[in-house]
Amino acid sequence: MKARIFDALRAALAERRAVALVTDLGSGLQTLVDAEGRQQGEAGLEDEFLPQVVEAIRQDRRGIVDFYDGRFFINVHPPANRLLIVGAVHLAQALVPAARLAGFDVSVIDPRTAFATLERFPDTDLITEWPDEALARLRPDARTAVVALTHDPKFDDPALIAALSSAAFYVGVLGGRKNQAARLDRLRTQGLTADQLARIHGPVGLDIGAVSPAEIAVAILADIILALRGPKWKAD
Amino acid sequence: MIRDDNEAILSQAARWRADGVGVALAHVIATWGSAPRPVGGLMAVSATGAMAGSVSGGCVEGAVALEAGKVLAEGEPRFLSFGISNEMAWEVGLACGGKLEIYVEPIQ
Repeated sequence: MKARIFDALRAALAERRAVALVTDLGSGLQTLVDAEGRQQGEAGLEDEFLPQVVEAIRQDRRGIVDFYDGRFFINVHPPANRLLIVGAVHLAQALVPAARLAGFDVSVIDPRTAFATLERFPDTDLITEWPDEALARLRPDARTAVVALTHDPKFDDPALIAALSSAAFYVGVLGGRKNQAARLDRLRTQGLTADQLARIHGPVGLDIGAVSPAEIAVAILADIILALRGPKWKAD
Repeated sequence: MIRDDNEAILSQAARWRADGVGVALAHVIATWGSAPRPVGGLMAVSATGAMAGSVSGGCVEGAVALEAGKVLAEGEPRFLSFGISNEMAWEVGLACGGKLEIYVEPIQ
């Protein structure tokens, strides 16, 4: 790999742009292609081949592809998945490192500056805007999960409304079943549709009987990964 | 912080390069059966033999690192195949019964 392509690949990942690295397995020449079909590198790809690469990026599909006499390896490098945590609470302190361990870019949103401190969240992207403002700016995409953990409708409800209007692949909220029912009623009167409300994971997390904040963090993360990947062995 | 994602692996590779240490990248390009790492699995190997990322469940990384040393010395990519059979050119196999093909290239 030429240093130039190595640097371009790293830049794309840092900027959260999905790219494919196409390697001609015969010559070793490599080309970096983005989701719009723009390419840079050692060998210009054929016009007929390029759409296959763009489609591979769209579908996160990797593998060897034969094109005429050539054998190419397409490796899709999607941007890191992202987790936006609303509520700089005790549980979030456990969820931040757990999610990072699983490869997520993590941000914590809480306008209460007594909670959102670097002392409580070292080396963490802390956002002290109101959740709806922060989410409007961050624009959750299909690689983004949003969880609301404040237990306070004043923060959680606007966060949920914003998240459910986005493409986020996972929207979860902390709270017992009784609270969830009341929350759904409130959100319904705010104009959210049944389809939107059905997207809410609440109570958030897999039911593994988690008790401590760290255990609940594991349950939440497991549920997010399940939503992302789907079960490996589906029941027939 | 351990982060098993491409960004973290490439960042480690960049740090080695910044220190003037050569780096090879090993890509899983094909798998058959129950291979522990999917196609696209990535491992960076430094000229000093340090590794970041993985291409299997720890079964063949040692052998890949050895080959990466040759790739760095020669400046040419190599294809590696690993499987269960003893007839394979490789002493190292996959206990899971899977097979995989790896492409190792130097960063130049």
